[in-house]
Amino acid sequence: LLQAEIFQEFAVQEESVTFRINLSVLLDCLTIFGTSSLPGASTALRMCYRGYGYPLTLFLEEGGVVTVCKINTQEPDELLDFDFCSTNVVNKIILQSEGLREAFAELDMTSEVLQITMSPDKPYFRLSTFGNAGSAHLDYPRDSDLMEAFHCNRTQTNRYKISLLKPSTKALALSCKVSIRTDAQGFLSLQYMIRNEDGQICFVEYYCCPDEDITEAEL
Amino acid sequence: GNVFDEFQMEGVASEHNEIYLELVPENLSRALKTAQSAKAVKIKLTNKHCPCLRVSVELPSLSSSSRIVTHDIPVGLIPRRLWNDFREPSVPDFDVSIYLPVLKTMKSVVERMKNLSNSIVIEANLSGEMNLKIETDLVSVTTHFKDLGNPPWASEDGCQSSAEGRDLESMAEARIDIKKLQQLLAGQQVNPTKALCNIVSKRIVHFILLHEDVSLQYFIPALA
Repeated sequence: LLQAEIFQEFAVQEESVTFRINLSVLLDCLTIFGTSSLPGASTALRMCYRGYGYPLTLFLEEGGVVTVCKINTQEPDELLDFDFCSTNVVNKIILQSEGLREAFAELDMTSEVLQITMSPDKPYFRLSTFGNAGSAHLDYPRDSDLMEAFHCNRTQTNRYKISLLKPSTKALALSCKVSIRTDAQGFLSLQYMIRNEDGQICFVEYYCCPDEDITEAEL
Repeated sequence: GNVFDEFQMEGVASEHNEIYLELVPENLSRALKTAQSAKAVKIKLTNKHCPCLRVSVELPSLSSSSRIVTHDIPVGLIPRRLWNDFREPSVPDFDVSIYLPVLKTMKSVVERMKNLSNSIVIEANLSGEMNLKIETDLVSVTTHFKDLGNPPWASEDGCQSSAEGRDLESMAEARIDIKKLQQLLAGQQVNPTKALCNIVSKRIVHFILLHEDVSLQYFIPALA
């Protein structure tokens, strides 16, 4: 979620504009001048979209060199709507990201699932994996310095496919805070707060549904 | 001769004072890797059991006697009747000659473009402008370089040296294999003193990189 304030100039003529675009192509274009930024060198970007049927045009400039990219757009897919409503939230925790970074980096990837337990009682907040070598549990006490907010009403244990959550570690690495919320169905909402070099804030949101193979009886 | 402290060579014959050798580059590169912190390196062509390049590397050591590491690299001697196959291509009658942009920028751009396309178009004109272009079904990317400067070529025929009557803005272009260009750029570890390229429209791109007294030339043919 990038707010308009992040951009120096922001002009959109329609209420909302949606299109689908190849992500790796977009990334290659945005990093056309390389990924490591030299001290003093900055890349300027201008994005233009004329409307349906036109490509997304990127103008990038660094050190007097200009690159123009025209990326063809595609029909947008249906966006998955998890219907995650703030009013349905059962449990909510806000943690400082540095507390989770090491945990996520060391997650046992031989485990198919990441189990998240949130509770008003012990263990409060627990991450568990069940891999080839055995099970691993990581507990965060509610009075930990890393815990910014703790609002758990009911004990919930949910499992999520670890392959679906692993990509979120990139957002975790860049963020300063993360909010973890679950609703009555066990749907997970992860919101990462990222502060960029100018001090502006943007959010990355992940929604994940619980692994359906696990029945209540097993938990 | 400035690269070497000592240089002795006797060719095949007095009128053909050259020796043509063929070797596996990986072998020589591995031998030279040990020479990175060497006090001295000596290379000799020997013929004990078979022709070899003997690379002797004198390495620093804590004791008074120095350590010497020797690599024998097998080489093939190319007979004189085949020497014509290896003639250095002459500088082609190019349409445009232009100095290359900062290699670091060119390297970054070409590396990204390599992810998007198999071929790349290099175009340049006599007004110091060069464009690198790729175009596929998914995307088209063009990078524009300006104020690069064109080398002054003094030539026997009047055509190349005089720009009169030639459209300074018209572009000479060639489409080449992007991997070959990326390999050329990736191989540059040190900034050359001078780097330029000559383009023969739709035929060939000739790169010349000068490092002090050493020149590296690459000829990349245009794709059909």
